[in-house]
Amino acid sequence: MAGGTDRLFRAGAALVLLGALSAALLLGPRAARLPRADLVANNGAEVRSLDPQTVSGVAEGRAVQALYEGLTALDPATLAPRPAVAERWEVTEDGRTYTFHLRPEACWIRPGTDPARFGERGDPVTAADFVRSWERLLHPATAAEYAYELWCVKGARQYTLLPEDRLYASTLRDPVWVAAAAGGRQRLGLTGHLLAELDGASEVAALRRPGDALAAGDPFAAAAGREVAAPIGGRIVAVNPALPAGAAALAADPYGAGWIAEIEASPAEAAAARAAGRLVDAAAYRRGWVWPHQVGLRAADPRTLVVELATPTPHFLALTALHPLYPVHLPSLAAARKRWPDAWETEWVKPEHLVTNGPYRLLARRLHDRLRLAKSPVYWDAAHVAMRTVDLLAVEHQGTALNLYLTGEADWIAAVPANLVPHLAGREDFRPAPQLGTYFFRVNVTRPPLDDARVRRALALSIDRRAISAKVLKGGQLPSWSFLPPGFPGYARAEIDHAPAADEPAVAAAAFAADCARARELLAAAGFPGGAGLRPLEIAYNTAEVHRDVAEVIADGWRRELGLEVCLANQEFQVFLDTQRTLDYDVSRSSWMGDFLDPVNFLAVFRAGGANNRTGWASSSYDELLDRAAREPDGARRLALLAAAERILMDEVPILPLFTYVTQNLVNPRLGGFSPNVLDTHPLHHLYWMDDAELARRRAADPPAGELAPAPGPREGLHPPAGRSG
Amino acid sequence: MIRFLLRRLAWFAVTLWVVVTISFVLMRSVRGGPFSAERELPPAVERNLRARYHLDWPLWRQYVHYVGPLNLAADGPEMLGGDGARPFGGLLAGELGPSFKYRDYQVEDILVESLPISLALGAVALVWAIGLGLAAGVLAAARRGTALDIALRLAATAGIALPNFVIAGLLILLLAFHWPFLPVAGWGDLSHLLLPGFALGAPFAAYVARLTRTGLVEVLGQDWIRTAHAKGLSPRTVLLRHALRAGILPVVSYLGPAAAGILTGSLVIEKIFAIPGTGTHFVNSALNRDYTLAMGVTILYTALVFALNTLVDLAYTLLDPRIELEEA
Repeated sequence: MAGGTDRLFRAGAALVLLGALSAALLLGPRAARLPRADLVANNGAEVRSLDPQTVSGVAEGRAVQALYEGLTALDPATLAPRPAVAERWEVTEDGRTYTFHLRPEACWIRPGTDPARFGERGDPVTAADFVRSWERLLHPATAAEYAYELWCVKGARQYTLLPEDRLYASTLRDPVWVAAAAGGRQRLGLTGHLLAELDGASEVAALRRPGDALAAGDPFAAAAGREVAAPIGGRIVAVNPALPAGAAALAADPYGAGWIAEIEASPAEAAAARAAGRLVDAAAYRRGWVWPHQVGLRAADPRTLVVELATPTPHFLALTALHPLYPVHLPSLAAARKRWPDAWETEWVKPEHLVTNGPYRLLARRLHDRLRLAKSPVYWDAAHVAMRTVDLLAVEHQGTALNLYLTGEADWIAAVPANLVPHLAGREDFRPAPQLGTYFFRVNVTRPPLDDARVRRALALSIDRRAISAKVLKGGQLPSWSFLPPGFPGYARAEIDHAPAADEPAVAAAAFAADCARARELLAAAGFPGGAGLRPLEIAYNTAEVHRDVAEVIADGWRRELGLEVCLANQEFQVFLDTQRTLDYDVSRSSWMGDFLDPVNFLAVFRAGGANNRTGWASSSYDELLDRAAREPDGARRLALLAAAERILMDEVPILPLFTYVTQNLVNPRLGGFSPNVLDTHPLHHLYWMDDAELARRRAADPPAGELAPAPGPREGLHPPAGRSG
Repeated sequence: MIRFLLRRLAWFAVTLWVVVTISFVLMRSVRGGPFSAERELPPAVERNLRARYHLDWPLWRQYVHYVGPLNLAADGPEMLGGDGARPFGGLLAGELGPSFKYRDYQVEDILVESLPISLALGAVALVWAIGLGLAAGVLAAARRGTALDIALRLAATAGIALPNFVIAGLLILLLAFHWPFLPVAGWGDLSHLLLPGFALGAPFAAYVARLTRTGLVEVLGQDWIRTAHAKGLSPRTVLLRHALRAGILPVVSYLGPAAAGILTGSLVIEKIFAIPGTGTHFVNSALNRDYTLAMGVTILYTALVFALNTLVDLAYTLLDPRIELEEA
């Protein structure tokens, strides 16, 4: 080997090694290990965004709840809405108008990382902040996943869904849309807002017949006796043959099938009307007419917010505690837009720019690692916030999260590996509790033989739910015969008709045998005695051990008890969602987790044609019961109507409910203020570390069943602050 | 050499274009989309989302917009009907776009944040691989035929055969739970990298050990080694100063592929040890149908593998003058 090359090689090899080493040594410490936070909790996933209006997930909810505060907040022990930014509110007797009074001390933190200014009060949180944040939530440009949560506000739905592809009359008196139709015609119709305001039974009629001449400003339609004028003129060539019709029928599709008349008018005439200001585009109409005049939101003064609802919505106060309805600081958003025209969306949420009003502020963020939160000194209730710093880890792997908990690196993890649940059950620090979520299978009712309700009921009856809970899941999941989980105050669930079972194994087995016998009868009645003549069924699920095991128990029952041929289809998650969405399945795994404690949150899923229905099932009586419940001001009667709707769902069984989820929190026993609840919501500012005396008191008052779990701590100065009893 | 590098660069551009085009089409022809979730969005909201990320455009237009350098959106150049606020955009303008899944991040920010972490992890793994591999290889060759040699060779075979997550599990059990020396997972300082680095580097260490041993055994049988012994040099000097230098050549040529393998193979280890590196995005972005992030990661890895291969080709010519770059 030549000497020069040799030296070069040695130099090269040394360089590679040196480079590798220095990279490791320089970059490693540069990650700047943060001192351990007072509380380390695993959030379970990386948050999609810290922008309250655009997110909907559980992990996002936890982070947004710590950083921002809404009008109300749910008490973690009772789940009742409590004052937050709003210190009090009034509701009118008809349940349609809410007046919120904001507390004067609620304020935003001052933006910027300048340590000298850290801790200073920023702008106060005003009613206008809420109005503008909610406008942002509803506006289509925000593309908010949860925009529909606010559609209970009068005119809000119309505001979001106003079609972009047409023009609108620039007047409040005649809410009319104009859209270009085939053959140089212009189609006219009434806006959704007008139709929604009318009594559903009132009549909408066309005032002209085909062939009539119509001049701009002439009335062309009558809605509940009120004449509506056309913004442009021309000869009428067609009138919607469905007219006259009830306002409710037209309101179902005001911009499509609900059109009124077609006139012969060139696009040039529409353009001229637009130039003259008689017609405006959707953006201008939404901004100038819909928002200020048709949406029921108003800041009466900086501290008073008045909300007018479209229908009485008993859970509205729970909705205002939901994170999409939290306010954002719009001045800082506008400033970011100006400063980074290309990248404002990703800049304003950075720790050094984010302005929040909650109990915590964002100190640092590393993707897929953690959110580091620090107690906000300007939060109105800061005296009652115990943890000074909190880390929300984004550890997705449940085994890793458990390792972190077991080595004391995390104080609370919200989920544990499913196969370890039996080992953890009975531990003092494992706190399973029923959750507001149902695990069920969807049935594609558009495919024979599943279009026959008897076949579906037979399928629902021959599932050994107890075996699934006790032998597969082993986490205390409750077998379920209804779509709604238990826990809705005052609501009596409707169950699939089945033999009553008890916990005792012999009784349960007998009940299951009776159910299976009933299932065979149903199948025979549907024309498939002993399963003869039934085509093979496929159960689709997304890749996960738990889903496969559950599907196997179900398939086994159907084979053994009904004589069916069943196969399993395992699919990657996104493919699986597509399968479900396009109704390309027989039976398919599903779940639904509630956002708030109202049955409507579940029942609305199976409205005909709803995006989340995905079974092809439609029932007009079901939808009608939900509609009636929406208009019903009396609470008890409303719940009865909802239960009647669930009764229909459970008789027709487009879904096979299996079990109610349980939360699987593993929590340091020393952590105070942690109350298990069906929504699995645990606001960080309620948490504190107990001292030894309090821990001992707790253990004496409520002795844990298993052995005591290690309770590291306490950490200095973190006992419950004055005024808060754990 | 410069001509060689220039030609490589040209090929790199072509390769990158092909990779970008194929992944772009593949990504968008898979079922599902970035906005599907178990809880479906109201159609109007989904329409808004799709419009916001231009997914409602025809595929060719999305592609041209993605590659750039002209911005086809409403704020694009005036000659294309935009308002001229931001005429340029896309890959050729150095933009990878916003992530679909992580709305608070631009793809380039995600890569800039996570790549150094993956590189640090890779460096530790490489140090483990070379250090352990060389030591084991030399020891096995020096004690050829003894029980130690057999034990080391067995360990090397096990290292290659065992998947790294099994090694990771064993390490966690031993060094984080049984003898709590090292953190069980997480990211903060060098101590967080030792276990994952070892688990990630173990199979490569085993390869290095085998290559070293084979190389040394071959060299040790040659005449000039006997000459060295005959000259009275101590066995240690012969082994470490003379034989090793010749026997290590195959190891050096293995470093390129090893580095590439470590970088692209870190996803499982990153998951087990909760390390916020790029490996996580490698798979998750595809599973999430996060089109822009998946494209960004693909481009990044294409560049890395290409650069490493070029380095190895360069190293070959330095090691063996008979190989010429023009042929490479």
